[in-house]
Amino acid sequence: MSMSSAVASSPRLRWRNPSVLPGFGLTLGFTLFYLSVVVLIPLTALLLRPWTLGWDGVVSAVTEPRVLNALKLSFGGAAIAAIVNAVFGLLLAWTLVRYEFPLKRFVDALIDLPFALPTAVAGIALSALYAGNGWVGGPLSALGIKVAYTPLGVIVALIFIGLPFVVRTLEPVLADMSLDAEEAASTLGATRFQTLRRVVLPALAPALVTGTTLAFARAVGEYGSVIFIAGNLPMKSEIAPLLIIIKLQQYDYAGAAAIGLVMLLASFLIILTLNLLQSVFAARR
Amino acid sequence: MRRPTDDSLFTRAALIAVTVGYVGLFLLLPLLIVFFSALEQGISAAFAALKDADAQSAIHLTLITAAIAVPLNAIFGICAAWAVAKYDFRGKSILTALIDLPFSVSPVIAGLIYVLVFGMQGWLGPWLRDHDIKIVFALPGIVLATMFVTFPFVARELIPLMADQGRDEEEAAVTLGASGFQTFLRVTLPNIKWGLLYGVLLCNARAMGEFGAVSVVSGHIRGLTDTMPLHVEVLYNDYQYVAAFAVASLLALLAIVTLILKSLLEWRYADEIAAVHRH
Repeated sequence: MSMSSAVASSPRLRWRNPSVLPGFGLTLGFTLFYLSVVVLIPLTALLLRPWTLGWDGVVSAVTEPRVLNALKLSFGGAAIAAIVNAVFGLLLAWTLVRYEFPLKRFVDALIDLPFALPTAVAGIALSALYAGNGWVGGPLSALGIKVAYTPLGVIVALIFIGLPFVVRTLEPVLADMSLDAEEAASTLGATRFQTLRRVVLPALAPALVTGTTLAFARAVGEYGSVIFIAGNLPMKSEIAPLLIIIKLQQYDYAGAAAIGLVMLLASFLIILTLNLLQSVFAARR
Repeated sequence: MRRPTDDSLFTRAALIAVTVGYVGLFLLLPLLIVFFSALEQGISAAFAALKDADAQSAIHLTLITAAIAVPLNAIFGICAAWAVAKYDFRGKSILTALIDLPFSVSPVIAGLIYVLVFGMQGWLGPWLRDHDIKIVFALPGIVLATMFVTFPFVARELIPLMADQGRDEEEAAVTLGASGFQTFLRVTLPNIKWGLLYGVLLCNARAMGEFGAVSVVSGHIRGLTDTMPLHVEVLYNDYQYVAAFAVASLLALLAIVTLILKSLLEWRYADEIAAVHRH
């Protein structure tokens, strides 16, 4: 107490503003302890473990053709799914905010289903739906399109789990957007399409990038909803998280950690880039 | 008369049709097929699958896991929100970012890190074995992995809410002689109760449904370390489709109840849960 009040009263060393509310030490202390035990210390193991293989060992572990293929599918599939979700998420958010129609509340509530439905349940449901004899897979296979047990199946699952991120990020922004600018644009002679492209879309761009980034980040690491529909054929439809599990089953802890570390670093790098892009969009307005 | 910001009837009809079609195909159909497949051989076959001893033990394990992980994360969320929202200190934004970190980590990596620490060849593996303590492939590992993936839910709900509410009311209570804990119980808790419930609801749904992280640390010992989602996987890979979908439909019911309660909270108490949900 005397220590912290001495620190607090000296303007130079002060690292927090004084407050009459008690409990700062207790709550911050517990927060830091719990954060360290549950998140930070275990994550440190992921940072350190791969290097027991040496630099060359790590490089060869993550450049194995089977691993590279899985990384390509996880990141590539997540990118494609995120783009599809950006397009349809924008469309759905627009419809749900701007228009009235029967059962709108029900449709809106359903958007959150991928957040609430356990991934394993989503996985077996999608797999049953898109299998060659499934409700959707049947008609599609008659057209010669195979979804289940192919990379396309992986993308379908990633679209499913990513959708709410885009819609839920856009909805509040759309709802808060005033109609004045749109009215002004059309009064000045812009067509509806010009107004949407020049006025509405730029205003939505930062939120659209944020939502798409969230959908991408979730899709890169997704496991449960994917593995049932993917079929997990080596070099074809294996995702990166599955290879971590396979390495672990072979007691190759360091190899598993190397793949995990690369996934984590790559996705942070991409998220950072997209965040920069988002701030560029936000600054331009 | 049509205002300039209204879309044409054709555009509106087309977009509504696409929206309803898309949601129907991508969201409603997967939900329906779960119940449909569970009841394919009649309701008694579905119930028989749920009464199976392994299914019962999976349900039991899922409930125990959530009963430990959710309250711990709720207490953490309240502490973190109190520290972050009620005081000004350096490093606050780093702390908030670290609290959100588990959301950007793959569930499989979430499981992996505990194996690296507590597994046989992990940091503490030999010591744990010598002392006959089981963490990985046992309940503690399953609880830890669940805690990791549901870590931010309550905290990220309460931080913006409590920051919004400021600290005037709490400061008044303390000045009038209330203790810190009394202030929390009588002043803060009534203000955040709906936000807290909202966070706990989402945290619980994820805790009971987590698959990837738990699958890495559970060891898949049937009847012992299989949670409900893992049991669904075992049955499905065993070609026992009706049983798999029967257990899955219990989890789908949980999801539906969660969605209904979530919508109710957003609709009824919009102003008392975090600002981000007001729409």
